Amino acid sequence: MYQFDFLPVIGAFDQLVFGAWLTIKLSVGAMMIGLALSIVFAWAKTSGPKPLVWAIDAYIEIIRNTPFLVQIFFIFFGLPALGLRLTPNSAALLALVVNFGAYGTEIIRSGIESIHKGQIEAGTALGLTRLQVFRLIVLKPALRAIFPALTSQFIYLMLTSSVVSVISADDLAAAGNNIQSQTFASFEVYFVITAIYLAMSLAFSLLFSLVDKRYFAYPINR
Amino acid sequence: MIRPFGWNEFLFILTAAQWTLALSAIAFAGGGIGGFAIALARTSGARPLRLAAAAFIRLFQGTPLLMQLFLVYFGMNIIGFQINAWIAAMVALSLHASAFLGEIWRGSIEAVPEGQSEAATALGLRYAHRMRFIVLPQAARIAVAPTVGFLVQLIKGTSLASIIGFAELARAGQIINNATFQPFTVFSIVAALYFAICWPLSLTARRIERKLARAAAR
Repeated sequence: MYQFDFLPVIGAFDQLVFGAWLTIKLSVGAMMIGLALSIVFAWAKTSGPKPLVWAIDAYIEIIRNTPFLVQIFFIFFGLPALGLRLTPNSAALLALVVNFGAYGTEIIRSGIESIHKGQIEAGTALGLTRLQVFRLIVLKPALRAIFPALTSQFIYLMLTSSVVSVISADDLAAAGNNIQSQTFASFEVYFVITAIYLAMSLAFSLLFSLVDKRYFAYPINR
Repeated sequence: MIRPFGWNEFLFILTAAQWTLALSAIAFAGGGIGGFAIALARTSGARPLRLAAAAFIRLFQGTPLLMQLFLVYFGMNIIGFQINAWIAAMVALSLHASAFLGEIWRGSIEAVPEGQSEAATALGLRYAHRMRFIVLPQAARIAVAPTVGFLVQLIKGTSLASIIGFAELARAGQIINNATFQPFTVFSIVAALYFAICWPLSLTARRIERKLARAAAR
C-alpha cells in the first residue's frame, strides 16, 4: 500500500508561494500586453488596409492552429538562431502575449462587430474623430459584450502558462518540478500544485463575476 | 556530434505525426463516450448526478492539462500499474476531453427548446426515447461546430504528452533538434505539420457555424 506523504510538499511552502506569484504575474502581464495588442489588431482588422488585414489573419490562424508548446519552443530555441536570445521568464511572457493576442483579437473583433453600424454613423455625424468613435462608441459597449469570453480566455491563459515550466521559467508548475526532484514525492507534489491552480482559477472567476455584476450590469442605474 | 538536417530527419518528424493523430483519435473517442455520459448527467433530473457532473467539469476545466497528465502518470504507479506514457496520455486526455465535450454537449442539449421535450413527454415517450428521437438529433446539429473546434484544441493538447515522454510530433521535433541543432527549421516544420492537421478542421468548424447561423436567421 502506498504511503502518502505531504510533509515535504508543505515544507517547500515558500517555493509554492513564489511559483504561484510568478504564474499570476506572468498571466496578468501577458493579458495586459496581449489585450493592448489585440485592440490594435482588431482595429486594424476592421478598418485597416487589405495587406495588413491579411497579415493579421495569417498570424491569428497560425497561432490558433499550432500548440502552445511548439510556439514556446520556437520562441525560446528558435529565435536565438536569429540573434534574439531571451531568458526563460521573458520568453515565457513573450510566448503568452503572442498566444493571447491571437485569441484576444478575435474576441475583440467579435465585440466590435456586435456594435450596430448606425451608432458609429451617428457618432461620426456628431463630429467625433475616428479615434473618439472607436474609443467611446465602439470599445466600451463592445467590452461589455465580450467580458465573459475575455475572462474565460484569461483563465485558460493562466492554465496554459503551466507549459512554460518546460523551458524552466520559475512559474508554479516549475516549482512543482523542483520540489519533485528534491523529494521524489511526485504525486503529492503535483496534487498540491493542481489544487493551487484550481483555487486560483476559481478565485479569478469569482472576482470576474463580481466585476461583471458591478460594472457591466444592465440596466445602468446611475 | 551534430547531424545535418536532411530528408531522413524530416521523415522522422513526419512519421511521428501519426502518433499525434492516433493519440488524438483515441482521446476523442474516449472523451466522446465520457462526454456523452457527463452531458446526460449534467442535464438529468437527479440533483446528485447534476452536481457530480458539474464538479467533474469544474475540476478539469479549472486545472492545467499538463498537471492532469502528471497526476495520471504518477498516479498510475500508486494504484499499482507500471508507469506507461502511452496509457497515461490516453487516460488523461480522455478525461480532459470528457469534461470539455460534456460541457459543450450540455449546452447543445439545453439549446433545444423545452417544449420539444415536454411535447414528447405528453405523447408518452419515456426518457430514453425522448432523448434518442427528439432531443439529441436536434442537439447534434448545434453541437457539430463547437465539437470540431474542441477537436482542434485536443490535437494541440496532445503535444503536452511529449512532456511525460510520449514520442509524438512535438517530441520528435525535440529529438531532431537535439541531434541537428537547427531549432528554427525543426520547429517551423513541426508547427507546419500541426497547422496542416488543425487548420482544415478549424475552417470546417467555421463553415458549419456560418451555415447554421444562416439557417437560424431565415
